[in-house]
Amino acid sequence: MKKRVQTIILKRQPKIIGSYSIVGPKEGQGNFGAYFDYVMKNDCFGEDTFEKAERKMMESALTGVIQKAKLSPKDIDIMIGGDLLNQIISSSYAARAFEFPFIGVYGACSTMAESMAVASVLVDGGYCENVVCCTGSHFSTAERQYRFPLELGNQRPPTSQWTVTGAGSSIISLNGEGPRVTSVTFGKVVDWGVNDVNDMGAAMAPAARDTMLNHFKNTKTKPEDYDLIITGDLGKLGSEILIDLMDEEGITLGVNYGDCGQMYYRREQKTLCGGSGAGCCATVFNSYIMKKLKEGQYKKVLFMPTGALLSTTSSQQGETVPAVCHAVVIEA
Amino acid sequence: MDIFLDYLWAFLIGGAVCMIGELLIITTNITSARILVIFELTGVFLQAIGVFDYISDFAGAGINVPIIGFGASLARGVIGAVETNGLLGIFTGGFTATAGGIAAAIFFAFIFALIFKSHTKK
Amino acid sequence: MEDAKRNEQYNRYVSAKIPKTKWWPSLFNSFLVGGVICLIGQGIDDLIMLAFPEISQQSSWAYTLIILIFIASLLTGIGVYDQIGKFAGGGSIVPITGFSNSITSPSIEFKSEGIVYGICVKMFTIAGPVIVFGIVSSVAVGFIYWIISLF
Repeated sequence: MKKRVQTIILKRQPKIIGSYSIVGPKEGQGNFGAYFDYVMKNDCFGEDTFEKAERKMMESALTGVIQKAKLSPKDIDIMIGGDLLNQIISSSYAARAFEFPFIGVYGACSTMAESMAVASVLVDGGYCENVVCCTGSHFSTAERQYRFPLELGNQRPPTSQWTVTGAGSSIISLNGEGPRVTSVTFGKVVDWGVNDVNDMGAAMAPAARDTMLNHFKNTKTKPEDYDLIITGDLGKLGSEILIDLMDEEGITLGVNYGDCGQMYYRREQKTLCGGSGAGCCATVFNSYIMKKLKEGQYKKVLFMPTGALLSTTSSQQGETVPAVCHAVVIEA
Repeated sequence: MDIFLDYLWAFLIGGAVCMIGELLIITTNITSARILVIFELTGVFLQAIGVFDYISDFAGAGINVPIIGFGASLARGVIGAVETNGLLGIFTGGFTATAGGIAAAIFFAFIFALIFKSHTKK
Repeated sequence: MEDAKRNEQYNRYVSAKIPKTKWWPSLFNSFLVGGVICLIGQGIDDLIMLAFPEISQQSSWAYTLIILIFIASLLTGIGVYDQIGKFAGGGSIVPITGFSNSITSPSIEFKSEGIVYGICVKMFTIAGPVIVFGIVSSVAVGFIYWIISLF
């Protein structure tokens, strides 16, 4: 029987030679505030609609990362990116401003890891030299697409999470200096029958469990082998559930486990279960984690954001929420 | 003294009605559209069985300001119209009685939508 | 079969783990704000009755509701009503002001899609059911009343 390849060990180990993050004002006041490259003064970013602001945010993340890696747009072979809006318009419209080819991917909040995994495989195979990955999300556009108008006077349920306004980008390349991507694990779509659209953490935790188990099995590693195991936006509730789920499998997630969404905001910012969105893990990875990898504080990081693959149509038709989780291992 | 009692009842009944709404939200996580519909239908029902006017007499704004009052005027309007216009009243009554509220809501919404922009939540 | 059982078990585990809203503060807030909105309504109604003694109680209520709808719509426009709503929950949804808020907020939100397809089409995304159920139930009540009045 053919053995399924879920984990790919990268032989040439492509490097992340540049990273850039841009966030909104609320995110700038959060726990990672000091690490971001650019904090916007307001959510509109000088545009008249929030959608245009999101697009501009992604454009400046692309320009920023290319500059930071001391490259020019001519050096980029392919851009891989995605966002949360219908038909991923923010990424494709941002790509319109540049001349390189564009691969649009969608993995909801896991899009950053998905783009990085695809990019690493392309670069490792020797097909491309420099690939740029870029994902982002915006609170106001996501809110109106998935939930309610901003001005509606309703209360957020205690399990809800706050979509991060921000975009992150990184360049994966064979040349240059930077942390290396050593293996990637593509996740399966997992659905354990959660149908509360306000409780993404519980819907996504089983996907994280599945990918994590497969990754540990395929790479023959244990949680202790990593300096940091970081999920994307399970939030406070979701990451507690994941710890419980892994405990049942006999794997203990200790102090080296964290969740970007849970750590994103300060307590007094009242975001309930924490941050979420494609921009959440993208901005944390491309600021804080990259900095710590370069400084040598982290030697080996397992980056595995999760994404809930629902739409307003599916949830209104009473469907449960499927989720996916992709894992990328980065070594300094 | 009477006027004080009026206001006390308005406050207590109005507050209690809203508290029931909040209780529904906490226990069942339903959204505001469903809350509005549930209370509106309660109003229609209360008026149809003739209980609403008794409550309204002492609760005043406490029962008329919640959307229950809106439902009650729908039912009151249609009953009145059936009495004067017969069969046609079934269709004209409800909307005629509540035309003021609906027209005001739509008109002001349209005007303010032209003037204002949505603000990001803090 | 295995999956269904596991899902059921997982859902039970999750619902036990979900943080609960604190009951008493949110019930108290909704009581307070709801009560105050009704007090304001009562005040407006009394003022109208005082200024125009010749109009009926029903028309006076109609004026009161229109004024409350105006205030709520304005507060929605300047971005205050959603903050009241965050504090009050049901307290600012159940009064007629909540109906006004649910019509004005999508109109403002979808302004960027144009006047016809944005403001006018999306205006009823939340409050549409209120109007539909209102009409359907009033026609039903009218029909029943008409049948009864035949005998």
